[in-house]
Amino acid sequence: MKDLGNTALLQVAGLSKYYGTRIGCEAVSFDLWPGEVLGIVGESGSGKSTLLSCLAGHLTPDQGRVLYNGRDTVTMSEAERRVLGRTDWAFVHQNARDGLRMGVSAGGNVGERLMAVGARNYGAIRGSAIDWLGRVEIDADRIDDRPRQFSGGMQQRLQIARNLVTGPRLVFMDEPTGGLDVSVQARLLDLLRGLVRDMGLSVILVTHDLAVARLLADRLMVMQAGRVIEQGLTDQVLDDPQAPYTQLLVSSVLQV
Amino acid sequence: MTDQAYNFAYLDEATKRMIRRALLKGIAVPGYQVPFASREMPMPYGWGTGGVQVTAACLTPEDTLKVIDQGADDTTNAVSIRKFFERTGGVKTTTHTAEASLIQTRHRIPEEPLRADQILVYQVPIPEPLRFLEPRESETRKMHSLEEYGLMHVKLYEDIARHGEISTAYAYPVKVEGRYVMDPSPIPKFDNPKLGGSPAIQLFGAGREQRIYALPPFTQVVSLDFEDHPFMASKADHDCDLCGCSTSYLDEVITDDRGGRMFVCSDTDFCEARRAQGHRGRLSPEEAV
Amino acid sequence: MIEIENLSKSFTLHNQSGITIPVMEGAHLSVLPGECVALTGASGAGKSTLMRMIWGNYLAAGGAIRVGGLDITKAAPREIIALRRDTLGYVSQFLRVVPRVPTLRVVAEPLLALGLPEAEACARAAQLLSALNIPERLWALSPTTFSGGEQQRVNIARGFVHGYPALLLDEPTASLDATNRAVVLGLIEQAKARGAAIIGIFHDEAARAQVCDREVDVTEFTPASARGAA
Repeated sequence: MKDLGNTALLQVAGLSKYYGTRIGCEAVSFDLWPGEVLGIVGESGSGKSTLLSCLAGHLTPDQGRVLYNGRDTVTMSEAERRVLGRTDWAFVHQNARDGLRMGVSAGGNVGERLMAVGARNYGAIRGSAIDWLGRVEIDADRIDDRPRQFSGGMQQRLQIARNLVTGPRLVFMDEPTGGLDVSVQARLLDLLRGLVRDMGLSVILVTHDLAVARLLADRLMVMQAGRVIEQGLTDQVLDDPQAPYTQLLVSSVLQV
Repeated sequence: MTDQAYNFAYLDEATKRMIRRALLKGIAVPGYQVPFASREMPMPYGWGTGGVQVTAACLTPEDTLKVIDQGADDTTNAVSIRKFFERTGGVKTTTHTAEASLIQTRHRIPEEPLRADQILVYQVPIPEPLRFLEPRESETRKMHSLEEYGLMHVKLYEDIARHGEISTAYAYPVKVEGRYVMDPSPIPKFDNPKLGGSPAIQLFGAGREQRIYALPPFTQVVSLDFEDHPFMASKADHDCDLCGCSTSYLDEVITDDRGGRMFVCSDTDFCEARRAQGHRGRLSPEEAV
Repeated sequence: MIEIENLSKSFTLHNQSGITIPVMEGAHLSVLPGECVALTGASGAGKSTLMRMIWGNYLAAGGAIRVGGLDITKAAPREIIALRRDTLGYVSQFLRVVPRVPTLRVVAEPLLALGLPEAEACARAAQLLSALNIPERLWALSPTTFSGGEQQRVNIARGFVHGYPALLLDEPTASLDATNRAVVLGLIEQAKARGAAIIGIFHDEAARAQVCDREVDVTEFTPASARGAA
C-alpha cells in the first residue's frame, strides 16, 4: 500500500443509469487506486446509492464502462461477477440485516465466504471465524450465537468480518455507520480505518455524513441530481469547496 | 382387473409423455431439477403425488410393482398406492424387492441391492436442498446454475457448531457427478452410499413442488462433508430384534408404556426373508417345534 | 524543498450572491532543506491560507507550489496523499481525530501508515509523548478529552513522529508553558538539523527569533483590491 502503483484498481468511464426518464446517475468517471478510500457524498436522491449499485454489479448501467483490474464488469458474465462478489469484492450494507444471515450463527456467517470458495476443513473455518471475530472486537464465546442476539454495532462489525474474511481488495460500503449510536459509530470508524490500512483495502464509501467522510475517505466525490459536481482531496473539498452545492452542503453541517 | 373408466395407470398418454420428457432430461443432466406440469392426483399432497406420477409414466402392463413407505410394504400409504395401480393399471404387485421391476419408495432404499432391470421411484416433499438457508427460488436456481454451493456447507457447519457433529440424519445433501447438489429425499443418511454407482435407474418426483430429477445407473454421488468431519452412514447401534441382522437400517418400536422397546429392520421384506431363512433375533418368538 | 511561484488565491462565495474575494496574488517563496521560514503579517493577511494551500486543502487559483518536486496545484489527490504520508508534515492548531482512539495510537498513526511495525511505531510515539510531558496514564485515553494545551502537544507529537523532509507549523508554541515551549523549540531545531525545510506561523516573537532563519510578510502578497478593503 506504500507503493503508489501505476494501475488503477477500478476505472469508471461515462457511467449512466436511468430510471425511465429520471436520472439515476449520469456520466460518472473516476479511477480508484489500490489502497485508496473514495467517499461519495450528497443528500438522499443524489444518485450515490444508484452509482454504488452499478459499480458493485447489483444494477446494470445503461451506459459506460467499469473496469476492475482491466476486466469490464458490465459485460462480463454474471457468473464471473458473482465470483468477484465473493472473492475480490465485499459489500457492507447500511442495515446489517441485509448483509447477514440472521438464522445462521456468527461463525457460520463469517465462514460462509470461505466455504463458498472451497474451504472444507471445519476446524480451519472455525479458526478463521474466531480470528475475525477478534479483529472486529466480538468475543470468541459469541461464535455460536445468532446475529439477532447482537446489538446493532455488533451486527455491523459481524457484517464487516463476514465480508473481509476472504481478503477482498475492493470494499463497497453503503452508509456503514448509519443508524448507529454516535459512540458506536466512533468505534466502528476506528476499526474500519485500521482494517483499511492493515489490509491495504480500496474502498468506495457512500455516506451523507461529512464527518464520517472526513475521517475515512482520502478523496471525495460530491453528487447532486445524479451527477458528480465536484471531486478532490477530502479536506480540500470540505475546507475549500468550489461548487455552489458543495459550499451549501458544507456550510449546512454543524461542525465537521 | 383394470377399471375401464381410466386410462392405463390413471394418467392420460399426453401427460405421461410430458412427464417422460422431464424424466429423460433429468437422466441426461443427473441431479438437475427439471420443472414439470404436475397434475392433480386423487390423493393429498404429501402422500406421494410426485412419485405416483413418475410411476404412472414409467409403468408398462408387464411391470411388477412394489411400494414401500419407510421400508414397509404394509402401511396405509404403501397399500393404497399399490391398490391404486392394481385398479388403474391392472399390473402385478409384489412385496419382494427381487421380484419387482419398479419400486416406488417413501424415505428408504431397499436393503437388497438393486439390479439393472429395476427402477426406483422416490417420493420427494422438498426437492430444493438449498431451501433451508435461501428462501428465494430465483436465487437458488441461480446458485445451481452457477455452482454456488457454499451455503450447503454452512448448513453442515451449523450442525457441527450446535451439536458437535453433522446431525443431519436424513435428506442428507449429495453432489452428483461433481456438479449438482441434490436432495436425496428424506432417506436416512444410512442409505446415501447406495445412491451412487447403483445399476438401477433412480427417479425422483416432487408433486407439489413440480420437480423431477434423476440418477442414471452408475452415477457418482458424493455426500457432502468436511475433511475433519467426514460423512458417516450411521444407524442405531443394535441388531434387529426379529431377524438378528446387524447391518440393516433399524426402526425403534415402543412396545409398551413401561419403557419397553425393540429395534426391527425398517425394510419389512428384507426382515421377513431373513426370518424365513431361519435367522433369529433377541425377541423372536420361541419356535413351536 | 518548498518552492512557491506566482501563487494566487480567491474565494467565490456562491451562497452570498456569488461574490469573488481575491485574497492572494503573486506570492513567491522558497525554503531550502534545513531552513525555517516564518510567515508574518496581521491577522487575516493570509498566513493560514498560504499554509493550507501548501498542505493542499485550499485550491490555488494560479501559480505553482512545489514540495519535493511535486506541484501541489496540479497533483492528483493520491499524489498529495503520498506526499503527506512520506514528505510533508503539518502541525495545525486543531486536533482532528476519531473519538475513542487512544492518544498513543493517534501519535503512532503516521508511522503505521508508512508501514512500520506497530511496536516500533508505538515506541517512537511514547518517546515523543514523554518528551512533551504528557503523563503516561493519559496515553491510553482519547485526546478528545484533553485540555487545549495537552491536545496541542499531542498534535505536535503527531507532526514530529516521522522525520518529514518538509514541515508546516501553525502556532506550534501557542498555549504551551515555558517547559513544553522549550521542548517544542528543541524539536524544531532538531528537525532543521536533520535537513527539514520548515514554514511556520509564530505569534511568539521570541520563539520566532530563536528558530527562524528569516521572515516573509504575507501582506506583500495581498492583492491591491483586498488591501484597500482591509
